[in-house]
Amino acid sequence: MPDKEEIIETKLVTMHMGPQHPSTHGVLHIILNMQGETIVDIEPDIGYLHRGTEKIAENLLYHQFVPYTDRLDYMSAMSNNLAYVQAVEKLLDIEITERAKYIRVIAAELSRMAGHLLALGAWALDLGAMSILLYAMREREVVLDIFEMICGARMTLSYLRVGGVRYDFTPQCKEACERMLEIFPPRFEEYERLLIGNRIWIQRNRGVGVISAEEAISLGLSGPALRASGVKWDIRKDEPYLVYDRFDFDVPTGENGDCFDRYNMRFEEIKQSMRIIKQALKDLPDGPFNVDIPQIIPPPKPDVYKNMEALIHHFKYVSQGFKVPRGEIYSSIEAPKGELGVYIVSDGTEKPYRLKLRVPTFMNLQTVKTMSKGRYLADVIAIISSLDPVFGECDK
Amino acid sequence: MSAAVMNIEDSVLVRKVREAFIGQIIETVVFRGEVTHLVDRTTVRNLCNFLKIDPDLSMNFIVDVAGADYYGENPRFEVVYHLYSIRKKHRIRVKVRVNEGETVPSVTSIWPGADWPEREVYDMFGIAFDGHPNMKRIYMAEDWEGYPLRKDYPLRGYKDRYNPNGEEKEPESITD
Repeated sequence: MPDKEEIIETKLVTMHMGPQHPSTHGVLHIILNMQGETIVDIEPDIGYLHRGTEKIAENLLYHQFVPYTDRLDYMSAMSNNLAYVQAVEKLLDIEITERAKYIRVIAAELSRMAGHLLALGAWALDLGAMSILLYAMREREVVLDIFEMICGARMTLSYLRVGGVRYDFTPQCKEACERMLEIFPPRFEEYERLLIGNRIWIQRNRGVGVISAEEAISLGLSGPALRASGVKWDIRKDEPYLVYDRFDFDVPTGENGDCFDRYNMRFEEIKQSMRIIKQALKDLPDGPFNVDIPQIIPPPKPDVYKNMEALIHHFKYVSQGFKVPRGEIYSSIEAPKGELGVYIVSDGTEKPYRLKLRVPTFMNLQTVKTMSKGRYLADVIAIISSLDPVFGECDK
Repeated sequence: MSAAVMNIEDSVLVRKVREAFIGQIIETVVFRGEVTHLVDRTTVRNLCNFLKIDPDLSMNFIVDVAGADYYGENPRFEVVYHLYSIRKKHRIRVKVRVNEGETVPSVTSIWPGADWPEREVYDMFGIAFDGHPNMKRIYMAEDWEGYPLRKDYPLRGYKDRYNPNGEEKEPESITD
């Protein structure tokens, strides 16, 4: 026994969190340098889910790559489809039909809702509020049911294709969307009461993971996380694609750039998505949902079984694909997590020479370092959740 | 359509950059409304700095740094910078050509966000960046051999005990 009480000296300790950790949203491995419970330095280590998607793309026909995009940000597959097919269409220099544009807007916004709902649910779960996860999953189920009605799949959708969409948006789908728009608002009010009325939720998020607008911009942060720092930049507004310029919706921005603001952005964006869907459903025009270019559009599936020409057409499409003019383009959309861009170099053949994906999660994760320095370990959980990383996308 | 093309060729993205770097821009391409400047690797840092601080351009957001392998050409690789201005709402692309073993100056001091994408280019193509604070692999394991996105890297990888379907390794195909 020592004579007098000794103060235990704290040493710098290096700790590993993940890759198998329930709060790291997949396979994020973080190396933390800790002084007691304070973080001195933090280094995210990624790549555990690297599948070489870009290399795969170089060896596939243009239309064959669409299903691979589903597996990037698998929480909002429609947005990924949209980013890719829009890039190919820009390279082809074709204009899709009005109806297809509206269907794509609805699909992308539904996808944003599904993505944000899961982000909120998982975030609350990480901070100990389990009931919100169950509620968010229930609501996401409604969105996934609509997806199933639209294209038969729930997660890996591959609904958007080069030149349009795969199936028509039926009146039943429209009804389902309208039903969803009716039942969601009161439920969201309930969540807001549950979360904003919860002292623990507020204390664990407010003032945590603060990042200033200048820092966020210089580190390449985008999407709702950047808007939480007060930067009003939304690609849907600033470089409108599809028909976003025809809809009336707001771009919410925060003031403090902390986790609580990032939460508010996501919640507000779900509401804005619902506004957009409502207007798009109202204005949805009739007409074809694909462009009339047989080389890039497969024939309707029932015809393939009955009609010889359709069978030949189908065979040519599947086996040979279509040629894309020589050149290079970059096309980006506002995905739920930020700017999702596709850079394609074409050498004039049926396969991309080089395809680079600019994925928001990858760039956003760089800011974890700035946000976490000097904070406690428990704050890192909130910070990571507030960036909503998905590793299918980050690791490509 | 032609009016829009004329317009962009006369815009600050083309005119101002070409005037500020006379003789240093190797090639300017406008395709589908996108402006691309090809420069030498000795110019790229100055150009990036100019693009960021010039008030008419103010490219304050680094969108991405990408690599591309033009196997069989000389110089073999291309490093592509995508930049965006949140204030001016315009985009520009800057390209640099490098050969194997050559380095490109890092732009991390201009945009700290270039840190990870530059590491990705290094990881996938083996192009090192001069002045990068942490130049190491990002996706692949530290002891990985070869650079996966190079055109001479086999699609299924090299054969080893974890990858029985891979291709047999030729001794001279691995350079480092």
